[in-house]
Amino acid sequence: MTNAVEQESIKVIVFQLADKEYAIPVSHVQGIEKLMHITRVPKTAKYVKGVINLRGVVTPIVDLRERFELPISEHEETTRIIIISLEDMEVGFVVDSANDVIDIPASAIEPQPEVVGSLEEEFISGVAKVEKRLLILLHLEKVLNPLK
Amino acid sequence: MEVNQYLEMFIEESKEHLQACSEHLLELEKNPDDLAIVGEIFRSAHTLKGMSATMGFEDLADLTHKMENVLDAIRNEKIHVTPEILDVVFESVDHLEEMVMDIANGGDGKRDVSSTVAQLKRIELGEEAIPEVVATIAAPVVESVLEYDSFEQTVITQSAEQGFNAFEISVTLREDCLLKAARVFMVFEILEKDGDVIKSSPSVEKLEDEQFDQQFYVAFVTKTSAEDMQKKLMKVSEVDEVIVTVIDQRKFSEKEFEAHQEVAATVTAVAEVAAIPTDTPTAKAEPVAKPVKEATPAKTDKNHAPVGNKTIRVNIERLDILMNLFEELVIDRGRLQSISTEVNHGELNETVERMSRVMGDLQTIILTMRMVPVETVFNRFPKMIRQLSRDLNKKINLEIIGAETELDRTVIDEIGDPLVHLIRNSVDHGIENPTARRAKGKPEEGTVVLRAYHSGNYVFIEIEDDGAGINREKVLAKAISKGIVTQEQSYSMSDKQINELILASGFSTADVISDVSGRGVGLDVVKTTIESLGGNISIESTQDVGSIFSIQLPLTLSIISVMLVEIEKEIYAIPLSSIIETSIIRSSEIMNAHNQKVIDFRGKVVPLVFLEEIFEVPRQEHQDEEFHSVVIVRKGEKLAGLVVDSFIGQQEIVLKSLGNYLTNIFAISGATILGNGKVALIVDCNALIK
Repeated sequence: MTNAVEQESIKVIVFQLADKEYAIPVSHVQGIEKLMHITRVPKTAKYVKGVINLRGVVTPIVDLRERFELPISEHEETTRIIIISLEDMEVGFVVDSANDVIDIPASAIEPQPEVVGSLEEEFISGVAKVEKRLLILLHLEKVLNPLK
Repeated sequence: MEVNQYLEMFIEESKEHLQACSEHLLELEKNPDDLAIVGEIFRSAHTLKGMSATMGFEDLADLTHKMENVLDAIRNEKIHVTPEILDVVFESVDHLEEMVMDIANGGDGKRDVSSTVAQLKRIELGEEAIPEVVATIAAPVVESVLEYDSFEQTVITQSAEQGFNAFEISVTLREDCLLKAARVFMVFEILEKDGDVIKSSPSVEKLEDEQFDQQFYVAFVTKTSAEDMQKKLMKVSEVDEVIVTVIDQRKFSEKEFEAHQEVAATVTAVAEVAAIPTDTPTAKAEPVAKPVKEATPAKTDKNHAPVGNKTIRVNIERLDILMNLFEELVIDRGRLQSISTEVNHGELNETVERMSRVMGDLQTIILTMRMVPVETVFNRFPKMIRQLSRDLNKKINLEIIGAETELDRTVIDEIGDPLVHLIRNSVDHGIENPTARRAKGKPEEGTVVLRAYHSGNYVFIEIEDDGAGINREKVLAKAISKGIVTQEQSYSMSDKQINELILASGFSTADVISDVSGRGVGLDVVKTTIESLGGNISIESTQDVGSIFSIQLPLTLSIISVMLVEIEKEIYAIPLSSIIETSIIRSSEIMNAHNQKVIDFRGKVVPLVFLEEIFEVPRQEHQDEEFHSVVIVRKGEKLAGLVVDSFIGQQEIVLKSLGNYLTNIFAISGATILGNGKVALIVDCNALIK
C-alpha cells in the first residue's frame, strides 16, 4: 500500500444500534436531531416510521432497528435521528444513540467479512477497526432502496 | 465577468427575439408577399446577431448572420419566398433556439449546423442574380438600426426645425482593419467638427473597446449635406464604405403619437416640414430607402403597443424564495392563531386577526406575481402544428383563444408536455387526412382550437378538434382485448366513461404506430401529470364531428384551503376544493349495498369510506358510536362520504411534498405543517373514489 493511501482518511459519524457501532461518512449527514413528534404515514413499509417537520421540510423517518430486523426497543433519552442526504433524498434514521465523529484511515477499512445470515449483511459496505473498536460502515444506497 | 452579468438578460432577450422570428415566419407563410414581415424578422435576427456576437457566442452569431443574408435578399426582392426557403429558415430558427437553450443550461451554444448553413448559402447564392456587388450595397441597410428614445427624438426634430439635417450614418471598416478603435476615433473627430453625434450603435465605449464587427452606426445632426459627409468620412483610411441616410422622422413621430398624444400634434407638424429633406437622400441610399418606408407603419404599431406597461424583470428564483418565506409565515400564522385561541386575550386576538387579513392580501399579491400567461406555453404550438401537418400531409389550422389567461408558474412548467401530447394526439388521431375529410363533407383543412379560460378557482384548457372523434366501438373492443375493462362492465358504461378509456394505461387505438403520438404510453402519462397537479381531464367526443379534451387546473399549487379532520389522534387535511359538505349521520342511516356501506345523501346513494380503515389507524379500543362525522367529497360527478372521528376546522395550509424517498403513497397527496409544528397528511380524494 502506498503512502498516499495510508494518509487518506474519512470522517464518519458513529452511532449505536443494539450494542454494535455503525458509521456513516460525515459528507452524507445533514445533522443529528433529538427525537421529535413523528407523523405516521399509512400504507408504507413497517420500518418507515413516518415523517417529521425538520425546520419546515417534511422529512421521512426510517427506524434502522426495524430496517435491519433487530429487536425493537423503546425510544429513550439517548435516541437520535440522524438526517442523511443521499442524491436527491433526505431521510432521517432513528438510532439508539449517536456519539462520535472520528477519522478512519482508509487502510483500516476492510471489506465485509463473509458471515452467513443476518439481514444487515447486505447493507454493509465494509468494516473498520479503529483502536479496538469495530465499526460497521453502512451502504446507504442499499439501506434506502426498497427490499427486493 | 462582465459577460456573466448580462448572460441572463441575453438569454431572455434572445428567446424573445426567436419567438418573434417564429411568429412572424408563420405570418409570412400566410402572406408570402408581405415584405414588412420580412423586415420584422430581419430586425429580430439582426439584433440577435449583434447580441450574440457581443456575448461571444460565435456559432449563434454566424448562423444568424447567414439567415439574415437570406432574409435580406428576400426583403430586397432578390429571392422570392417559397415554402422550401421558409423550411430552411424555420430550421435555422430551431437550431438557434436549441443553441440558446444550451447556453441557458450552461453550455457554450455550439452546435453542428453545417447542413442548414449550406442550405442557407445555397438559397442566398442560388437565386441571386448579381451576388457580390449588390450584396455589399444591400447589406448595410440602415433601416432603424438605431432606436431613439424620446429625448433623442426631440433633439432630432428640434434640430430639423433649426435647419439641421439628421442623418443615420453607417460606417463599414475594411475587414483587415487593424486599428479599429483608431478609425472610430477619426470618424468621430470628423463628425464632431461638422455637427453633433446624437447616438451610436454600438455605444461609444464599446466602439472604443473595439467591441464591434466591421460596421457601426451613428445618428448625427449637421448642416452639411449628405454627400459631403459621405465624402469626408470616406477619406478616413481603412474605411470600406459609408452610407448616409436621412433619419425618417415620420417613423418616430408615429411612435410618439402612441406615447403622448399631446406632443404628437406638434411633432407630426414638424415631421411634415422635415419630410422635405427626406426626398433628397444620397444617391446610394435611395434604392434602399423605399422598402424601409414601406416597412415603417407595420413596425410602429406592433412594437409600441405595450408602451404603457411599467414592468421589471425579476429572477424567478427570487420569486420562489419570496414564496418560500411566505409559506413559512403562513405556518407561523397558524401557530399564532392556535396560541391566541388558547390564551384568549382580547388585544392579542385582534392583532392576530388583523395580521391574518393583511397576510391574506399579501398572499393574493404574491400569488398573482407568480402568474404567467399560458401564452408562454402556447406560443410553441403554431410551429409544432405546422411541422406536424407537413409530416402527416394534413391541412390543419390552429386557433388559439385566451392565451393571456394566467396560471401559476409551477403549473405552467408542468403543463407543457401534456399539452404537446394532447395536441399531437388530436392532430394524429383526430384530424383526418384531406381525402377522408372531403369524403365526409368537411372542409379539407382541419381545425384545432386551443382555448384557455378562468372559471372560479380553476383554469380550464381545452383542445378541440373537428376530426374523426372517438370511435366508441373501436375503443371498447380494444379496451376489452387489452383487459382494461370486462365485457360485462362495458354494458353499463356511459359514453364519457368510454371516451376516458383512451386515457387508461396501455391503450392505443392508432392502427399504425406513428412517430407523432405515442405508442400507447402517451395519454395515461398525460392523465397522471395533470392529476399530480391537482387537476383533472375529461373528454367529450362525437364521432365524425370532433373531440374536446378539457383540462381543469387549480390556479395555484402551493397554498390551499383544507378542512382538518381527526381520526383517533391523527390529523388529516382534506382539500376544500373536493369537499361538497360535511354532515353528521346516525349509525342507523348507514345501509349496506353489495358489501359496501352507503348512505342516502340528498336522494343520492353515496358510498362511505372509513378513513380509519383505509389509513389503518391504530385504535386503543373499538368504539361503536351512535353518530358519525362524514365529509362528502367528489371527483367529477361521483361522490363519496369520508367517515372521520371529528372535524377540526378550515385552514389555509402550505402544500409540501413528502420528498423523494416516500413516493406513491396510496391516497396521500402530500403533507403540510400545522400550527403546532406537527406534520399532517393531505388526503387525496381522487384516489378514494373509483
